[in-house]
Amino acid sequence: MDIVKTDVAIVGAGGTGLRAAIAVAELDPTVKIALISKVYPMRSHTVAAEGGAAGVVRDDDSLQKHFEDTVAGGDWLCEQDVVDYFVANTTKELYQLEHWGCPWSRKPTGEVNVRRFGGMKVPRTWFAADRSGFHMLHTLFQTSVKYPSIQRFDEHFVFDLLEEDGQIRGVVTYDIQNGVCRTILAKSVIIATGGAGRAYSFNTNGGIVTGDGMALAYRHGVPLRDMEFVQYHPTGLLGCGLLMTEGCRGEGGILVNKEGYRYLQDYGLGPETPVGHPKNKYMELGPRDKVSQAFWNEQKKGRTIKMPLGDAVYLDMRHLGAAYLEERLPLICELAKAYAGVDPAKDPVPVRPVVHYTMGGIETDGKTATRKPGLYAAGECASVGIHGANRLGSNSLVETIVFGKVAGEEAAKFAKTQEYGNEEYLVKQAEEAVRKATELFNGNGTESVSRIRHEMGDSMEEGVGIYREEESMQKTIDVLTGLKERYRNIKINDTQGRVFNTEFLNAIELGYTLQVAECMAHSAINRKESRGSHQRLDGPDGAYRNRDDKNFLKHTLAFISENGAAAPRIEYSDVKITRFQPAQRVYGAAAEEAEKNKAQAAQAPEQTQEQPQVAAGAEAAANQEDK
Amino acid sequence: MAEKTMKISVLRYRPETDTEPHFQDFDVPFHHETSLLEALNYIKDFLAPDLSFRWSCRMAVCGSCGMMINGVPGLACQTFLRDYDETKTLKVEPLANFPIERDLVVDISDMIEKIERIKPYIIPSEKDAHKPLTESYIQTPQQMELYRQFAMCINCGCCYAACPQYKINPEFIGPAALTLAYRYNVDTRDAGAKERLAHMSAEEGVWSCTFVGACSKVCPKGVDPASAIQLGKKQSAIDYVIKMFKPE
Repeated sequence: MDIVKTDVAIVGAGGTGLRAAIAVAELDPTVKIALISKVYPMRSHTVAAEGGAAGVVRDDDSLQKHFEDTVAGGDWLCEQDVVDYFVANTTKELYQLEHWGCPWSRKPTGEVNVRRFGGMKVPRTWFAADRSGFHMLHTLFQTSVKYPSIQRFDEHFVFDLLEEDGQIRGVVTYDIQNGVCRTILAKSVIIATGGAGRAYSFNTNGGIVTGDGMALAYRHGVPLRDMEFVQYHPTGLLGCGLLMTEGCRGEGGILVNKEGYRYLQDYGLGPETPVGHPKNKYMELGPRDKVSQAFWNEQKKGRTIKMPLGDAVYLDMRHLGAAYLEERLPLICELAKAYAGVDPAKDPVPVRPVVHYTMGGIETDGKTATRKPGLYAAGECASVGIHGANRLGSNSLVETIVFGKVAGEEAAKFAKTQEYGNEEYLVKQAEEAVRKATELFNGNGTESVSRIRHEMGDSMEEGVGIYREEESMQKTIDVLTGLKERYRNIKINDTQGRVFNTEFLNAIELGYTLQVAECMAHSAINRKESRGSHQRLDGPDGAYRNRDDKNFLKHTLAFISENGAAAPRIEYSDVKITRFQPAQRVYGAAAEEAEKNKAQAAQAPEQTQEQPQVAAGAEAAANQEDK
Repeated sequence: MAEKTMKISVLRYRPETDTEPHFQDFDVPFHHETSLLEALNYIKDFLAPDLSFRWSCRMAVCGSCGMMINGVPGLACQTFLRDYDETKTLKVEPLANFPIERDLVVDISDMIEKIERIKPYIIPSEKDAHKPLTESYIQTPQQMELYRQFAMCINCGCCYAACPQYKINPEFIGPAALTLAYRYNVDTRDAGAKERLAHMSAEEGVWSCTFVGACSKVCPKGVDPASAIQLGKKQSAIDYVIKMFKPE
């Protein structure tokens, strides 16, 4: 076994991992960094993000507005102190990327431009055409090259974390290119492995988004928080599920059903705004959960469009004109033409909701530390507390850099106070992890990796989709339990190959994803209310259709069970509410009405003393008793 | 949906068990939207689980799935079976000019090293070195236009696979890396051209390019490395002349 010693080991080299590595290098160039990724950094899924990254810059905007949009958008399941830190640091980080060379789209005067995005009151989304993630990732990767203290371990797959006396002290990796195992001993470890959208069949995610880091932390007793909150992006290209960015609607694209009707006005997002004049938080610029839910209801009413590849609605951008589309949404035009055979300048684009993002993840505090000493997590794999029950578009790209930096600095500071663990003990542990992983080569299994993966994905769509019911969720849980059993009997055809044996790697990944999927399903069935992206149709007299702050203004925590084979143990933790009390979550005209009431209330001084920042709505008062 | 079938011949090589690469044929059903990547995943899921190839995003932006498709470098995810004659066999091989690791996977570490070598990051002027994080550089859309296209490279390696020069001279820094050097040189935020020109003007730099233009022809993102390299030659020549009259 090859042994490497470093100070900070970072697992994952997307936006978060790269930003963390640079942060460590800038904090102290003597701190050694191992940047470990199962792919080359520029393949990481950050690359596929299109729309942009939120940061307050306009005179008519404020940190308070970004805070309120984010907390209300998350249906009050956000850690408000963390959101405060987040919104206060986004713009700084975006300027930092600008200084590093990120080609943000500009105004004619040469200043950075911003666009509208869903659920955001003021345009504050920085964008690099519709390739924002691509440019951010390449800027970060290229910038990382200048720091000699960053040692990359490209195409290294992590089998396990190494733990001694309850503290994380390294990782054991499989060097995919050379087919050998390598133990990396470290004084702190950051997990930055991204989401787990591949738990579902129809998703916008790359093939690598398999929840590896979540499963690694979970296996070491760190809970996965709020895993029931899975974001369906409203506009995935029909058939393949490729993302048609929210920027399409931010720039003025509209959604219509088979009658050509802008159906969103029927779902609390109206009244209809004039075509070509998008209005923040109205209609197509509603939040993703509500827009996706509207599709589901349209489908029930038989008002979606039946197409050979399934039901769809149309994303119509024709009125934007070819030249504007080419400037603002060139990748979208390219993708729609290649993968759906439609030119957005001439034809409406068939779209439907598609799994896109995991709001939940590895539980961390506001500074990215997990409850396990030495272990940090940031980015989509983590739940630092800013997305709540529904993430707003363009909050996650900027999350990668804001909290990537925090993770790097925190992990570096911690590492500087630490010595290496007991090498002999840790290497033995690594060897045991390798032995367990490579057991797959010895088995005489019969089960196909791809079949289990397909059945998992289909069952997750079926039971833990946009709308959920006890019965269908239970069915999915049963399916997953069965799949886990079958997984133990997996067949690897090529038992000889060690170099780039993707069949073997995919099998290990599937083990990770199955575990994460199980956390999603169990977290979902236990949350007996509707909040954000978790919408239920059941309960006594349909009681679970409503938000229930009394019982569920709480984070779900999924812990691995004692023997690991059984279902996760579900617990709950408090939500940090500082100054923005839960209120009814409204958009469109209803939101303006609420604003008005709020302003009026603020003018009555004796009331504001009692309830600062309380938005209108009858539910607000009722919901306050439970914080 | 009515499905047709295409025969796909894939180069296989497993270093532990094969003495040399060989082709293996698969019959793959396809419809109008089926990409070559989906076809390969069909093969992996149902016909040959041990087939290895890199892929991830499916939307031509992660740069993983570059391969030779009927002898031409391209991205599997951006190649559609509908564009090929289904009565003929579609031949798929690993990217040329790189060593094969296994099946369709090649070793691209040489290209990555070259990308790192040319200093692909902003080297600010002294005056900008401590620019506060409350302001941006001013860069007009026209100024951005100077490098925008050259910043679109996804590092897929197709240009190296197409480059006749890289084939005969592996020392050549090559299209993607030289394009990136030029991209930073013309970025108005950058003041590090001098450091990059040392690499560009070296023997293995821009002057090794004989302007065949194969790189630009195969680039799946329309980056046009050939043009970046020609512009780089101009920079290199001017730098040479200046150095002649103003030796440091």
